[in-house]
Amino acid sequence: MLQAVSLSCQRGGRYLFKDVSFHLQPGAWLRVAGDNGSGKTSLLRLITGLSPTEDGQVLWNQQPLQADRAAFHQNLLYLGHHNAVKDDLTPLENLQFAARLCQQPITSNTALLALQRMGLKSRAHVLVRHLSAGQQRRVLLARLLTQQAKLWVLDEPFTALDVSAVALLTQMLQDHLALGGMAVLTSHQALQLPAGQEVML
Amino acid sequence: MTRLNWFTFSSPATFYPLAGKCIPWLWAITALFGLSGLFIGFFVAPTDAVQGEGYRIIFVHVPASWMSMLIYLVMAGWAGAGLMFNTRLSYVMAQALAPTGALMAVLSLVTGSLWGKPMWGTWWIWDARLTSELILLFLYLGYMGLHASIDDTRRADKASAILALVGVVNVPIIYFSVKWWNTLHQGASVSLTKSPSMGQTMLLAMLLMTFCFWAYSMAVALIRARAMVLERERYTDWAQQLPEVRRGQA
Amino acid sequence: MNAVWSIVQRDLSLAARRRSEVLTLLFFFLVVTSLFPLGVGADPQLLNKIAPGVIWVCALLATMLGLQRLFAPDLADGSLEQMALVPSPLMGLVTGKILAHWVLCGLPLVVLAPLLGLMFGLPTDALWMLAWSLLLGTPVLSCIGAIGAALTLGVRQGGAMLSLLVLPLLIPVLIFGSGAVTAQLSGLEADGYISLLAALLLLSLTFAPWATAAALKIALE
Repeated sequence: MLQAVSLSCQRGGRYLFKDVSFHLQPGAWLRVAGDNGSGKTSLLRLITGLSPTEDGQVLWNQQPLQADRAAFHQNLLYLGHHNAVKDDLTPLENLQFAARLCQQPITSNTALLALQRMGLKSRAHVLVRHLSAGQQRRVLLARLLTQQAKLWVLDEPFTALDVSAVALLTQMLQDHLALGGMAVLTSHQALQLPAGQEVML
Repeated sequence: MTRLNWFTFSSPATFYPLAGKCIPWLWAITALFGLSGLFIGFFVAPTDAVQGEGYRIIFVHVPASWMSMLIYLVMAGWAGAGLMFNTRLSYVMAQALAPTGALMAVLSLVTGSLWGKPMWGTWWIWDARLTSELILLFLYLGYMGLHASIDDTRRADKASAILALVGVVNVPIIYFSVKWWNTLHQGASVSLTKSPSMGQTMLLAMLLMTFCFWAYSMAVALIRARAMVLERERYTDWAQQLPEVRRGQA
Repeated sequence: MNAVWSIVQRDLSLAARRRSEVLTLLFFFLVVTSLFPLGVGADPQLLNKIAPGVIWVCALLATMLGLQRLFAPDLADGSLEQMALVPSPLMGLVTGKILAHWVLCGLPLVVLAPLLGLMFGLPTDALWMLAWSLLLGTPVLSCIGAIGAALTLGVRQGGAMLSLLVLPLLIPVLIFGSGAVTAQLSGLEADGYISLLAALLLLSLTFAPWATAAALKIALE
């Protein structure tokens, strides 16, 4: 269960946003909305603990993040702007490496099934360098299928996705929330999902 | 010394006027000790049997060396305090001390060079003290350079703080290795540290000059720190109320 | 531990697919070392004398080149963020990165250096000492270099700044490393130097990953 208390963010001497609070229960999701440059990514980085909180706090299961970082990271899946995939590895290798890094190793079968669901089965053994931007993004999103995490923090997950991929991702989010997961995401378009909150920056 | 005491002065708003009051006193101490130290060093201390009048430059060279090393330690201390307590002022103090420390190192190198020329005929010799001083100057330059090259002030503060701490751990290792290197390659014959055995007056003059440099460093560091505080906090209420800021905006 | 090994494996696989980068480094080492005889003349006695220092300095410079690619690619494609958000402590993962860096940049120097020593006319026992001193010294270069690489991540003119920061800190390694070979050449005992190098290695292995992880977290803020 995720809680944010009075978060604020300064950039270059002025406040991007002040006093942002929210409360996320299992099965709920949060949409962070705002114009470009309003601090959406900064808020997400505060939630994940990448940026330190100057004022305010982020609580995971009613404990501050610093109390048990490892446990928080165990349940966190953060997908940022960057693809976090290595150009010189294949999608299969990328998925397996990411899984080992999170201490949730997967078999190549599991990885291939995930890639199949993302529509990349034929590209599983091609170097990521040779994939299109949309396909590279799908490799990243395949991690949503292979990694077990209660909290998904996604920054602009729908960028560079075509219509079918958008539908697929929406379905994945729905399944995740139905199983009691939580999600925080930034998006320019509204989402047709139940139990949603919104924070406007 | 209650906990409250320490952190009261770590607020920039409290620090600014307090430092302002200290500075004139520090200049007075600088002048007092400096004049007396130089007087004794140049006119009272006896001529050295071996080195003649030229040795008198040690009254500037040695205090400058001591100060350059002391300032690095204090700078690293402030850097560590900043990382531990997350106080903005600690980082400012470390930043304020760095240029003065570098200046002391340069002064030590230049006076060492001036001392060496009449004695050994060359402008530079690779003895342990001068070489260590040169490396210390590199560490200062690295610290200042790193801070200058990072745009975000908070990140620059923290990164250069880590560098200062890494440096302070390395300084004894560097000093030890340079000493070893010096004795290996040149033998102990050429050394500026083989100064004449200290007579009482010479020691007195050096101590006076050391205090003079210390007071100077403090004065200059506080002036620099005040300027930095003003620059960083210029949007806050207390800074906007200051007469010098209002004058500047008028 | 599994996570640490996966980092090492990944970096090694990535390097295997870009072999030219590793080779470029080795060629740099070769070319720069060869400049010295061209610069100072081919007098065998002179070359003998300057060989330990020259080879060691060129090893330092080659390491500086390799350090720029230690964290920068990971920052650019977002992998560094992911490394900071896994359950394993970042310090352990950093140790993996440093180990991979040493295997790719340090170990080849250890192998190539004795061959370069031949160019300077060093006798066999000095060549062994050269390899041995570099074997102990290059991990220290990787460790302390990693701290510098983490501090200068994303900084303008990062390469030059990295060298400015790291080279003064590596002077003790240079002194003890080349000193060991010089001692061997003069027929003196080199044990003292080797023990000091080993001590520096232990010290840097203990503290460098921690300092590097702290610097990386600051870079990710």
